[in-house]
Amino acid sequence: MSREPVPKNNNETTSNGDTVYHHDEAENLPGHSHHDDEVLSEANLKSYWRANVKVLITLLSAWAFVSFVCGIILGDWLDQFYLGGFPLGFWFTQQGAMLCFVVIIFIYHFWMLRIERAHGVDDDSVNHDQPSPQSPQKREA
Amino acid sequence: MDAQTLSYIFVGLSFALYIGIAFWSRVGSTKDFYVAGGGIPPLINGMATAADWMSAASFLSVAGLLAFAGRDAAVYMIGWTGGYVLLALLLAPYLRKFGRFTVPEFIGDRYYSDVARVVAVICLIFISFTYIAGQMRGVGIVFSRFLEVDINTGVVIGMGIVFFYAVMGGMKGITYTQVAQYCVLIFAFLVPAVFLSIMWTGNPIPQFGFGDMLNDGSGLTVLQKLDQVTVELGFTAYTQATRSKIDSLAIVAALMIGTAGLPHVIVRFFTVPKVSDARKSAGYALAFICVMYTTIPAVAAFSRLNLSESVNEVPYAEAPAWVGNWENTGLIAWQDKNGDGIIQYRAGKALDPVKPNFTGERGKYGERLVSNALTATPNEIYVDRDIMVMANPEIAQLPNWVVALIAAGAVAAALSTAAGLLLVISSSIAHDLMKRTFMPNITDKQELLSARLAAVAAILVAGWFGINPPAFVAQTVAFAFGMAAASLFPPIVMGIFSKRVNRQGAIAGMLTGLVLTVGYIVYFNFMEPGLNNAEHWWFGISTTGIGTVGAALNILVTVIISRLTAPPPQEVQDMVDDIRIPAGAGVAHHH
Repeated sequence: MSREPVPKNNNETTSNGDTVYHHDEAENLPGHSHHDDEVLSEANLKSYWRANVKVLITLLSAWAFVSFVCGIILGDWLDQFYLGGFPLGFWFTQQGAMLCFVVIIFIYHFWMLRIERAHGVDDDSVNHDQPSPQSPQKREA
Repeated sequence: MDAQTLSYIFVGLSFALYIGIAFWSRVGSTKDFYVAGGGIPPLINGMATAADWMSAASFLSVAGLLAFAGRDAAVYMIGWTGGYVLLALLLAPYLRKFGRFTVPEFIGDRYYSDVARVVAVICLIFISFTYIAGQMRGVGIVFSRFLEVDINTGVVIGMGIVFFYAVMGGMKGITYTQVAQYCVLIFAFLVPAVFLSIMWTGNPIPQFGFGDMLNDGSGLTVLQKLDQVTVELGFTAYTQATRSKIDSLAIVAALMIGTAGLPHVIVRFFTVPKVSDARKSAGYALAFICVMYTTIPAVAAFSRLNLSESVNEVPYAEAPAWVGNWENTGLIAWQDKNGDGIIQYRAGKALDPVKPNFTGERGKYGERLVSNALTATPNEIYVDRDIMVMANPEIAQLPNWVVALIAAGAVAAALSTAAGLLLVISSSIAHDLMKRTFMPNITDKQELLSARLAAVAAILVAGWFGINPPAFVAQTVAFAFGMAAASLFPPIVMGIFSKRVNRQGAIAGMLTGLVLTVGYIVYFNFMEPGLNNAEHWWFGISTTGIGTVGAALNILVTVIISRLTAPPPQEVQDMVDDIRIPAGAGVAHHH
């Protein structure tokens, strides 16, 4: 049985993503040993995090809408409309909300992938000097 | 071959498969044991997560719950599945980037505190054991009904199998057995559902058949017929909700937050290679779950229709064979209140107390007599909700191998959840309590040995609970989800999205959420069960929904206390910065 070599402590490998602020304190931390990698600008990280939070707010609104609003609050009102043989509000509680949840998660996945690549912080980019969308150092899973 | 022999063969074959996988995937390091070496592909992890999370109750009881409670029970469906959105968006990618082994480990590191870690371990163990007791019992019940062995023998056999692959294979063994278990349980659930759907509507896809016209030429859809029948019998119409909106909202939120805070589910996302894999596998997990969870409402509707149509106003002597068969196992009871020899199925409880106590004697039509008081309602028949799944093959007149399949599927659902829970219990004890808190100097080998011993101990405790089920098994769902929502979810999310929340805030918040939630549930379910109604609840929120209030209060207390005390040390803030970006999680290091 083959086992891939894995680092004992992942913190040692996470340095690539570390920010540039607090250079001095960073010395004592195992996670901050690669100073040459710390080229991600603070501005880039901030804009990445802002984009991330925007995605979360958008998708969580959709999540709350299909479950709390369509499933419960407006459920009775929606029942006057039909989807095939289903009253619409009832359908949301039995199938609709669940299907939307799956779609929301996959939208999140692909949306984030695009944002991460644009900011050079996706998990395939090993070298942050050139934030390239398709990093050649793909790691076998 | 009869159903019982086939059940033995099917369950036996599935066990052989699980043990084979255990041999193939035995592990040698703590990292393999806790998180399968972090090398599980996202699709496989998604499937394993689905099996991990779908318990014996999902397989056997949820369809019955829906069949009898109609739209009111839909809050459970939305709540349980909606939790995966929170998990995928707010937790999974960040915890994967954190890149360690357990949930308490994150809480301990993020809040730089052994106290926080130990509080998290205690919550985790309590949640996991309340959950696992039901699984072990489920294995025993399936054994007793399908294989006609004693419940306790069934529990012991189940313990033996889980022991084998959880202790030997750790997370790796569990993951691959869960994949096999998912396949077994989904196939077992879908086959009768497809036939039921064809039987009533001619449509082979239950999800669509559920919304179709009936094929009896009545010109009604399944749901119109159901509404009509339920109203005629004195129930609320099937598609009508009766629960108050505020309680429905609170229950949905509590189950969502609780699902996202279940440690055995969270830990599955530590096992994938990359951060993006964690997101993707949460999507796969929910998709696999939805294959089952969109079938459940269809099964519920068809079985409710079937119960009303084939049993009501039918003379007992001419009732379908499955009625007598399941009466023999104690899941159906009929008492001829009006002495006409005909089964009347109506709204209301047939017996008091609800579950039948059989006297061992037979009545004049051959029915099993009970010693329960008869209620004043015209309803004469008691039907256990698990029947809605277990009796399906007979109701749809399917061959015996489908019955055997249901047995194997139910066992698979119970074992997969039990194993996942055992693993988080053992890794928390060995890793969080021993290695990280009390015995930091033990070697990897010693830690692995203690994880295995902890797993053995956890199996024994779980088995004991399975054989001597605590009286509160019925309330454990409220307990486990409420606790997960009020204690574990808030500190993890706030730890990721705020750099300002600190040790003092998190500990105070967790304890507040926990005390409030547990106190509320204990008060209404055990101390004053007579007051357990909307009139006495806070804001009309039931014990199932109180986790929402607990979580909200936890967040409030954490934020206030954190504001009043010093911010976390710089290295913790740096750690938060680091887990916020995906890059660098799984890359082999280059020193």
